[in-house]
Amino acid sequence: MVAVADDLPLPPRRFSLGTAIRRNPTVAFGATLLVILVALAVFGPLFVGDPLKIAPVNRLRPPSERWWFGTDQFGRDVFTRTIYGSRVSLIVGLSVAAFSSILGLTLGLACGYFRALDGFVMRIMDGVMAIPSILLAIALITLTRPGLGIVIVAIVIPEVPRVVRVVRAVVLSIRSQPYIESAIAGGTRNTKLLWRHVLPNTLAPLIVQSTYVCASAMLIEAGLSFLGAGVPPEVPSWGNIIAQGRTFFQIAPWSILIPGAFLATTVLAVNLLGDGLRDRLDPRLARRL
Amino acid sequence: MTAYIVRRVFAVLPVMAVVALFVFFLLRFAPGDPAAIIAGEDATNEAIEAVRAKLGLDRPVVEQFAIWLWRLLHGDLGVSIFSNLPVTRLIAQRLEPTAALTLATLFVSVALAVPIGVVAAWKARKLADRLVMGFAVMGFAVPTFVLAYVLIYFFAVRWQMLPVQGYQPIAGGLWPFAESLILPSLALGITYMALIARITRTSMLEVLQQDYIRTANAKGLATDRVLLLHALKNAAVPIVTVIGIGVALLISGVVITETVFNIPGLGRLTVDAVLKRDYPIVQGLILVFAAAKVFLNLLIDISYAFLDPRIRY
Repeated sequence: MVAVADDLPLPPRRFSLGTAIRRNPTVAFGATLLVILVALAVFGPLFVGDPLKIAPVNRLRPPSERWWFGTDQFGRDVFTRTIYGSRVSLIVGLSVAAFSSILGLTLGLACGYFRALDGFVMRIMDGVMAIPSILLAIALITLTRPGLGIVIVAIVIPEVPRVVRVVRAVVLSIRSQPYIESAIAGGTRNTKLLWRHVLPNTLAPLIVQSTYVCASAMLIEAGLSFLGAGVPPEVPSWGNIIAQGRTFFQIAPWSILIPGAFLATTVLAVNLLGDGLRDRLDPRLARRL
Repeated sequence: MTAYIVRRVFAVLPVMAVVALFVFFLLRFAPGDPAAIIAGEDATNEAIEAVRAKLGLDRPVVEQFAIWLWRLLHGDLGVSIFSNLPVTRLIAQRLEPTAALTLATLFVSVALAVPIGVVAAWKARKLADRLVMGFAVMGFAVPTFVLAYVLIYFFAVRWQMLPVQGYQPIAGGLWPFAESLILPSLALGITYMALIARITRTSMLEVLQQDYIRTANAKGLATDRVLLLHALKNAAVPIVTVIGIGVALLISGVVITETVFNIPGLGRLTVDAVLKRDYPIVQGLILVFAAAKVFLNLLIDISYAFLDPRIRY
C-alpha cells in the first residue's frame, strides 16, 4: 500500500521478518536470489581474476576444481567471465527500468491528465509498440557505434510505451474519482493535483511494471549481444559469452549452458519479485492473471 | 458488424504511418553520422559520400521523405547497400522458412498450451495445476537461445534423435521439413506457451465458477463436454487475444531462433544486415514485421465480433 497522505493515522505495526516471509514467499525468494546475484556482481569481480586473460594451453577444459565452470576456446575462465557478466545484465536491467519508468510515468501522467495530448502521444506509442522490440533496438544499433549506453537507449525506446499504457490507465480511472473532481472544483493547481493526488496512485502499478521491464531488458540485452548487435564483443556479458561459445558448443557446452542458467535465474528472480509485488500492491491486477 | 470491421481496418493506418515515420526519421536523427558508420571504420570520403547518396541523405529532408514515401506506397523498399538487390526481393526469397517456423510454433504452442491450461484450471490448486504454473513461471525466465541450446544438447548431440540445425524446404519432403522444425519451434514457443497456458487457466477458472457450469455438471454431462463445449468456448475471447498478442513474441524470437538453428529466413537476413549495417534491409524488415503484427492484431479484433456477438465498439 502506498501512503496517500502523511496525516493518515496508521496502526503501529512492528516489522517481523518471519511474518513477512511467510506472507510473501515469492517476494522473499525472488528478493533473496536477487540480493545474492547483486552481491556477486558487486563484490565477485574483486575475488576472481581477469575475465579477458587468454591461456591457449588451457582451452576448452571441462568444469573442474581449478576451473569451476570450465574454460572457453581461448582458455579464458568461464567462471570469472560469468561473474563479470552479471554486472552488465544488472546495469542494463536496472538502468532500463529506471529510465523507462521516469519517461513512461511523465508521458503517462500527461496523457491521462491532459486529454489534448492523449490522442497524439498514444498514436505514437501504438506505432512504437507495433515494432518488435528486438528489431527496434537492432535498427538503432545499426546506425550507431556499439556501446553499453546505446544498448540501454535502444531497449528503453520499445519499453516506454508499456509503462505509459499502465500509468495512463491508472490516471484515467483516478481522474473521474469524486475527490479529484472536488480538488479541481476547489481550485487546486494542476501541478499540485498531479503531484499530491494522482502520482501516488500510479506508484504501485509502476513499480510492478518496472520489474517486468527490468526482466525483459535483461533478456533483450542478452539477445542483442548474442546476435552480435549488443555490447562490444570484448565486454564479457552473458550474451557475448554465449555467442562466443557457439562455435565449440558440441565439445564445450558449459560456456553456453552455465551463463545461460545464470541469465535465466536472474530473470526468474526479478519476475518472482514482480509477481509477488503485484499480488501485494495491486490486488485488482493479481486477480485478473 | 461491417461498421465495426471498417473502423478497425482504418485504425491500422495511423499505426503503420507512425512505424513508417519512425524508421524514416531514425536514420535522419541517429546520433553521429550514420553514413560514416555504415561505410565502415576506414572508409574514404568518397565511399561515405556514396553511401550518403544511396541512402538519399544528400537531399533536403522534405524531398527525401516525399521520394521515400512515394516508393514505399508503391511497394518499393529500396535497395541493399551492399548487394544492390531490391529489399523486397531479398525479403521474398527468405519468407518461406520464417513463415514455416512461425506457423509451426503457433500450431505447436496452441496445441500444447491450451490443453495444459484447461487441465490446470480443472485441477486448480492440485499438483497438475502447480506443475503448469511452475512451467509458466519458468517459461517467462528462460531465454529462447538458452533453451534452444539445451534442446540441441540433449535431443541432437546426446541422443541424436533430431538434426542439430539447418532447415529443409517443404519441397524436399514432409518429414525432413517437419523434423527440422521441431526443436526450433519448441525453443521459440516457450514463452508463448507459458503465456497461453496462464491465460487459459485464468480465463477457464473464471468461467468454471459460473452457474451454468454447475447446472451442466448437475445434470450429469460428461466432464470433457462441460470443459470443452461449455467452458472453453466461453473462455475463448481472452485466450484468442493472448494468442494474437503473443505472436509479437514469436516475431522477436524468430531473429534469435533462426540464428541458433541456422535457418535461412528473415531473422538471419536481419542479423546479416545488422552485422553489415545494411540499413535499407533492416528498415524494410521492420516495416514487414510491424505490418504482419498489426495485420494479426486486426484479425484478432475482427474475430472478437464472431467469438462474442456482444462486442460492439
